[in-house]
Amino acid sequence: MSSKTLYDKIWDAHIAHEAEDGTCLLYIDRHLVHEVTSPQAFEGLRMAGRTVHAPDKTIAVPDHNVPTTPGRDVHIDNDESRIQVDALDKNARDFGVHYYPVSDIRQGIVHIVGPEQGWTLPGMTVVCGDSHTATHGAFGALAHGIGTSEVEHVLATQTLISKKSKNMKVEITGKLAPGVTAKDITLSVIGKTGTAGGTGYVIEYCGEAIRDLSMEGRMTVCNMAIEGGARAGLIAPDEKTFAYCMGRPHAPKGTQWEAALAWWKTLYSDDDAHWDKVITIRGEDIAPVVTWGTSPEDVLPITASVPAPEDFKGGKVDAAKRSLEYMGLTAGTPLNQIKIDTVFIGSCTNGRIEDLRAAAAILKGKKIAEGMRAMVVPGSGLVRAQAEEEGIAQVFIDAGFEWRLAGCSMCLAMNPDQLEPGERCAATSNRNFEGRQGRGGRTHLMSPAMAAAAAVTGHLTDVREMM
Amino acid sequence: MEKFEKLTGVAAPMDMINIDTDMIIPKNFLKTIKRTGLGVNLFDEMRYDDDRNERPDFVLNKPAYRNAEILIAGENFGCGSSREHAPWAIKDFGIRCVIAPSFADIFFNNCFKNGILPIPLPQDQVDILMKDAEKGENARITVDLENQVITTSDGEQIRFEVESFRKHCLMNGLDDIGLTLEKAASIDAFEAKAAQSRPWV
Ligand code: SF4
Repeated sequence: MSSKTLYDKIWDAHIAHEAEDGTCLLYIDRHLVHEVTSPQAFEGLRMAGRTVHAPDKTIAVPDHNVPTTPGRDVHIDNDESRIQVDALDKNARDFGVHYYPVSDIRQGIVHIVGPEQGWTLPGMTVVCGDSHTATHGAFGALAHGIGTSEVEHVLATQTLISKKSKNMKVEITGKLAPGVTAKDITLSVIGKTGTAGGTGYVIEYCGEAIRDLSMEGRMTVCNMAIEGGARAGLIAPDEKTFAYCMGRPHAPKGTQWEAALAWWKTLYSDDDAHWDKVITIRGEDIAPVVTWGTSPEDVLPITASVPAPEDFKGGKVDAAKRSLEYMGLTAGTPLNQIKIDTVFIGSCTNGRIEDLRAAAAILKGKKIAEGMRAMVVPGSGLVRAQAEEEGIAQVFIDAGFEWRLAGCSMCLAMNPDQLEPGERCAATSNRNFEGRQGRGGRTHLMSPAMAAAAAVTGHLTDVREMM
Repeated sequence: MEKFEKLTGVAAPMDMINIDTDMIIPKNFLKTIKRTGLGVNLFDEMRYDDDRNERPDFVLNKPAYRNAEILIAGENFGCGSSREHAPWAIKDFGIRCVIAPSFADIFFNNCFKNGILPIPLPQDQVDILMKDAEKGENARITVDLENQVITTSDGEQIRFEVESFRKHCLMNGLDDIGLTLEKAASIDAFEAKAAQSRPWV
């Protein structure tokens, strides 16, 4: 048998049907569902008189537009949000899928809940009507976002009509310097490849710096594969992966665990597997980075200055001009002099316990700058509870942060947590598009430790100076 | 799904790269539980000012392009989120075909599910169409899916590629789910086999 990449192996194990032109019906092991991209899909099922094919493999949780303040389990003020959450509630119960309502401590961002509950396991196919489904690739699962029509298709058939992507290897060699995190890796990769560099590919991240990351760090890396345009990001499972999965509520137990483990251990890219594209970055060369513009590819080390449109070529000249105008920035300004008024720590990129620990380590014994609005939104109710138990919540509160309930919150500002026009935010989320965090709001993406540092100083800050 | 065979219409030029889904339909319009009615909010933040008046210089607000049925844009069109509200809004506005040097993957897929034809073309050919589109209302472009040819207002012809299965579905307005359910036996067989080999799933 010829050599295969990890992606090839997972793909081959899930083909339920292959047409002559290579179009496949890919079998889906886990389907995650949230309130924003599913109502039309369930409505479609009802209208066609169809049922959910595999309710046991379907997991629903409201996250995108739930408020992150108390009382939301009793009433959600915004009519449209409430209608969507109520619709999910009804659909989940009518169709009998697994469901974590806001009143359940396990509720949270769908991409944090899946791994936490052991729904996401190596070698699986995982889809969700959300582009950051790529997160689950950290387990060596083929995971990607789908549209609502595809949500309906998966609900009805447990398969997805799919064509195979190409294989791309992104290797991060060596060790990361102190103060450099998984977020800096993933942003740096996008800075190098551009937001379309991965289009048509599934990326496998590998190399010593990736191996050295915790499972949570790996999720941060894979989360942003989509920002580089890739269909999915993958990291081969290893002992860390197995240790993370073991004992989770929906992970296999006993002899099933042994059987699963035996298969999982075969999930790696063969040495002589074929790659359509290879990118290598030295871990030592990665610095703590921030974004300056309105595309995740607008990445620079915190020690750099705001670029000028003329520094770019082609369509990017105009795009950079527009970005700088929107961001209210002048070329040549050192990035660490950019003043901010808002800090958001959370999202499926950086809303896990290790992210909160990293931010709290910087904040301990300090206060946020005068006039700063700082918010920390744990990725799930369980992350929140753990942070409270560890005393981290208190560190945030003492520093002047708002300590919120779990959800997507200001990552996309569909709930009341939004930026006002012109407000400037240090955010640990994954998108800095125009209006992403609120109409006219300005977003700088960075790691949790960097966001915490900025909260204290009031401007973008090199976290290494505070370590 | 509405069929797509041949379309002749006005093309709106949007010479910008990385037009993301937040631009196409900002998230405050994702709270609907319907598929229709999003057309008025297509490109909302570019199209209206803070008082909800139309910005006269935005292309779709110009008289020549108010009824555009084709959109010509820069590379990486549709990047960002998986929201199908983006193609729903495009379709609801009346645009049935988007032409760009490249598309983001999920958006590209979503188009086909909604009777919209996305056409990736080399930059120099997009440039030709962009120029043509800039001529406004009289420059009607024809997109012929069956023969896979675009004809500019000057009669210049540009061939394009499209996957055969997707073309077939689009031309016949076929519903994916119905087609897949015809293969239910394959799915059942796969599940039976997987229950043996990966019982923990
Ligand atoms: S946290 Fe942000 S990126 Fe993640 S699922 Fe929620 S809205 Fe999407």
